[in-house]
Amino acid sequence: MHIVDGALALPVLATGAALTVAGVAIGLKKMDYDHLPQVGVLSAAFFIASYIHLPIGFSSVHLILNGLIGLALGWAAFPALLVALFLQAVFFGFGGFLVLGVNAVNIALPAVMVYYLCRHGISSPSPKVAATWGAIGGAGSIVITTVMVAFSLMLSGEAFLLAAKATFVAHIPVMVVEGFVTAAAVLLIRKVKPEFLGIDEERAYG
Amino acid sequence: MPQFLEHSGTSWKGQKVKHDQSLIDRLDPRLRVVLVTLFAFATVLSHNFIVLTVAVIAGFLLAILAQLNVKRTLRRVIAMDMFMIFLIILLPFTTPGETWFTLFGLSASKDGFLHALMILLKAHAVVLSLLALVGTISATTLGHALAHLRVPDKLVHLMLFTVRYLEVIGQEYKRMRRAMQARAFVLRTDMHTWRSIGYLIGMLLVHSLERSERIMDAMKCRGYKGQFYLFDDMRMGREDYRFIAIFVPFLCILTGLNFI
Repeated sequence: MHIVDGALALPVLATGAALTVAGVAIGLKKMDYDHLPQVGVLSAAFFIASYIHLPIGFSSVHLILNGLIGLALGWAAFPALLVALFLQAVFFGFGGFLVLGVNAVNIALPAVMVYYLCRHGISSPSPKVAATWGAIGGAGSIVITTVMVAFSLMLSGEAFLLAAKATFVAHIPVMVVEGFVTAAAVLLIRKVKPEFLGIDEERAYG
Repeated sequence: MPQFLEHSGTSWKGQKVKHDQSLIDRLDPRLRVVLVTLFAFATVLSHNFIVLTVAVIAGFLLAILAQLNVKRTLRRVIAMDMFMIFLIILLPFTTPGETWFTLFGLSASKDGFLHALMILLKAHAVVLSLLALVGTISATTLGHALAHLRVPDKLVHLMLFTVRYLEVIGQEYKRMRRAMQARAFVLRTDMHTWRSIGYLIGMLLVHSLERSERIMDAMKCRGYKGQFYLFDDMRMGREDYRFIAIFVPFLCILTGLNFI
């Protein structure tokens, strides 16, 4: 998912950086100091998720979890994911430095979209409905992220068209896995600690 | 991507733990962050092969100067290459232009090849300098340096918390995986695996969050008011100015080469 330095055109880099700054500003405004630990936990979880490899046939995919992070954090997903990506870039050379803005917006914006789209669904009284919305959130965020990655490549040059299409196809298994995993995680958190997903207990079970 | 090429699972401490003290370590962390940013701009915005070659060499020199652990650095650079290998291989074939050579009936253009080479050079120059100059700072010091550079307070706090939880969550994850292994859980491509991993992640988050709440309460007991105090006042020394005296003219030359 990460794009490296040097591949993207300057306007794309600038747009990505501007959008990230705006998103982080909104996220920071909505996040008070008491919430810092929760945001930090999820930011770290994104980092850890990238070393959970699940086998798919002969190959394997790693989790991204931006859907789950979005469901739990809303706008605060922006600062959380920016920090995780920054640490990955600086300490692991994962992704680039100047493309940080583009990478952050590609991963965090879908998280925020999923938050508004599925927040209502996952607090439904029926576990089945909630799991379905969890799956939609998990898979959907990867779909949007991949489309955005493909677009950032395409806008940087016609020659990237094939690579952009290939990125999308290569991520179809990730979408499936992420959907199931997010659904299961949502189900469990709903039962054990509903306030983590901002679910009102009375509405879900009352 | 093969697993052994991934960033080695547990160690998030970056290069800090595994390299000898070097000249770079004695420099002011703020200076290192600023210089690497300038260097990245000079490299990424350039379209000149001479500039990029010089930049890659500079990246190598910085890595040597910082005495980076060779094996670890190599693994990270290769991991980065795996990200873009697809892009690089496709590029010559998808860029229109006069045919340079043909492979399996597909024609590759020279323009596309040059473009691919340019991306390779830029990515390597930036990643090497980044790992050398900033990757060698410990995460906490980096946080303080960013705070001194006027990065928003909350963002720095968040980074410091994240660094702390990386360790906590990483250990918790390993502990729970071991418990699953003890019960003969094996990763497969099926619903059972996905559901179990989903539960694992859910439980991981719940455990870590409860722990973080306890930490927060304990901190409040000790008078935490939503602010960390930055005790280390970073000061520029003689070595910093000497480094600036070499590095800044080099950046100017690097930028100037574009216009020759």
